[in-house]
Amino acid sequence: MNWMKYKLLYFAISLTMIVISIYGLSTWGLKLGVDFTGGSVLEVKISGDVSTEDVKKVLNESEFDLTSVLISGDDGFIVKTPPLDAGEKNKIVEALNQSYDEVVELRYEIVGPAIGPELVKKTIYAIAIAAGAILLWIAYQFKSIKYGASAILAMFHDSFILLGSFALLGHFYGAEVDFLFVTALLTTLSFSVHDTIVVFDRIREINKRGGGDLVDVTNRALTETMVRSLNNSFTIIFMLVALLLLGGSTIKWFAVALLIGTILGTYSSPFVATPLLVTFDNMGKKIRERMKK
Amino acid sequence: MSSAVKKLIAIGLITLFSFYIALPAVIPVNLNYGPVKIDKTIERPNLNVNWGKISLNKSFDLILGLDLAGGSHLVFEADLSGVSDEKKEAAITGARNIIERRVNLFGVAEPNVQTSSFEGKDRIIVELPGITDPDEAISLIGKTAQLVFAEVEGEEEDFNLIPSELTGANLKTASVVFDQTTGKPAISLEFTTEGGEMFEELTERNIGKNLPILLDGIVLSAPVVQETISGGSAQITGNFTVDEAKNLSIQLNAGVLPVPIKVVEQRTVGATLGRDSVEKSIRAGLVGVVMVLLFMILSYGKLGLVADIGLIIFGIITLALYKLIPVVLTLPGIAGFLLAVGMAVDSNILIFERFKEEKKKRPYADALEVSFGRAWDSIRDANIATLITVFILTNPFDWDFLHTSGPVRGFAITLALGIVVGLFTGIVVTRNLLRVFIKPKKGEK
Repeated sequence: MNWMKYKLLYFAISLTMIVISIYGLSTWGLKLGVDFTGGSVLEVKISGDVSTEDVKKVLNESEFDLTSVLISGDDGFIVKTPPLDAGEKNKIVEALNQSYDEVVELRYEIVGPAIGPELVKKTIYAIAIAAGAILLWIAYQFKSIKYGASAILAMFHDSFILLGSFALLGHFYGAEVDFLFVTALLTTLSFSVHDTIVVFDRIREINKRGGGDLVDVTNRALTETMVRSLNNSFTIIFMLVALLLLGGSTIKWFAVALLIGTILGTYSSPFVATPLLVTFDNMGKKIRERMKK
Repeated sequence: MSSAVKKLIAIGLITLFSFYIALPAVIPVNLNYGPVKIDKTIERPNLNVNWGKISLNKSFDLILGLDLAGGSHLVFEADLSGVSDEKKEAAITGARNIIERRVNLFGVAEPNVQTSSFEGKDRIIVELPGITDPDEAISLIGKTAQLVFAEVEGEEEDFNLIPSELTGANLKTASVVFDQTTGKPAISLEFTTEGGEMFEELTERNIGKNLPILLDGIVLSAPVVQETISGGSAQITGNFTVDEAKNLSIQLNAGVLPVPIKVVEQRTVGATLGRDSVEKSIRAGLVGVVMVLLFMILSYGKLGLVADIGLIIFGIITLALYKLIPVVLTLPGIAGFLLAVGMAVDSNILIFERFKEEKKKRPYADALEVSFGRAWDSIRDANIATLITVFILTNPFDWDFLHTSGPVRGFAITLALGIVVGLFTGIVVTRNLLRVFIKPKKGEK
């Protein structure tokens, strides 16, 4: 199959996704969870038929400053507020206790806003160092910087679109970016490179056995690895769909993030990294030709 | 016996040993099937080996992190404004050690106390799995515990407290006792020799006067000195509860915090919620695993079945390693494990897809070996790339600009273990199983 014939189409698809991501991130930004913004989160379990509106009403009457009240599970409620001290928190629980029979405090968190930037910075440093190291490793193993650069660009492509998709999910469905999202992002980075290397390996192997024009070689390599790429992604997607449908509410968006990351990671190997490799190769050839003249 | 069979026996032994460790300590057996009724619990004995001088004694419990088992995550910020630059590091390390001593004396299993320095902010992270009421822990950890004996100057309403030279630094030990007359909890102090002399001098000077005892600037009690006290011991009575008295003695024994600290982050994870989400996620994970196993059989038939056996061995060995090392398992840790499962499955899929191609070109047994050889290049390169990422996230050298604790590290550690075990099961286990059990169908060479 001549996959590379549609190279421009793949670039157009990626460009569209990147533009939408930029739009989403610049207009709405990411809906940052308490991990990043700081604040208090109180989770209570109230037995009986109680709606979030009821809880809001009770707390508003007692004049508490609320960010939001969310339902969690069967009879759990998550009350989000600006930072509270223990006394204020106890007042909220008391106020709820006066209105309802059985109120159990499940979780109470104070998160200082200073924690956010620290974690983000450390993660960015880690990603930057890892990207550099992987770039060198791939360049060394494949004896060309083109391979490393393509794989790393595809990796950043995937992570950026994952960030963008969470800007959209946050705006429309209230998905928050938290600590687990950072983990999902790291998983996506690793998976994306892993998947790309498998495709590149096939290109390297065909090259060793005679090779030929890089476009033909990549076309063959993509055809030969396509079933493997899809099958591998299916197995991971099975896991994640199970987690999404059956797992607890705490990990719902985590599973979504991993799912998007897996799909992107699989897509980007044949349709971002490989076309980039071919493009870099063409550019290299053209430059060399000009140098000769 | 062929070498493949020998290797299989070795693999079988490793798996059995891992399985033993991976088993929960107590297994409830509940069978109710017609006339057969079994209702009892089997207990897995802990490892207890005594060979002459060597004795191995280990209980294999899976340690669940704060997010799964509940507990407290506390972050303290140290105020180093009063400390000169060259003494800052010593002050923060000292504070960390004293906090760790206090937590250990408090009796928390597997505490994690780390310093964290970032952009000029000096922090101490305290993680206490299993602690659901952090207030007590905070008050225990956060007190400077500066104990001072003071003299009173002036009369009645108009008086000043003059701190004496005698402080907590002159203590040998502090312990909880019960006051003989009131029966209330009290703290018994035993001074060092020097401290005892100072105390004797102090009491001599203040007969008939109050001798207030201050903790962090607050008067704990102000007993009236009746006579000169020699012998180097004293008692603080106050309105203590037993717990307060115990915590105070812990603080005094562990030492004085060299710098004031304050809580900047406090997270409490209730065990109820933790258990619930763990149970749901485990169920979800099992369903996912079964789907993956079925998928492999449906796609690759007999080969898929062999891969599934490899995967189950992968799971058992990984779980055993979590218990042996031990790895504190967190939710991001489970994500790392799942990713590793994905990559382990990928090794198999790579080999089998290759095998499908090679089978057409050469004899069956050769095709198998060639497939493993060819697939190895990509498995190696891909897994090493992941290991590079994992190495940086794990930050084994504790570089300050990278994560030194927490979920990101947990994720990386389980992923790293998963990759290493996955390489072993994908290459060694599956390969030898295939060599022994998979024979060409009739008609195939």
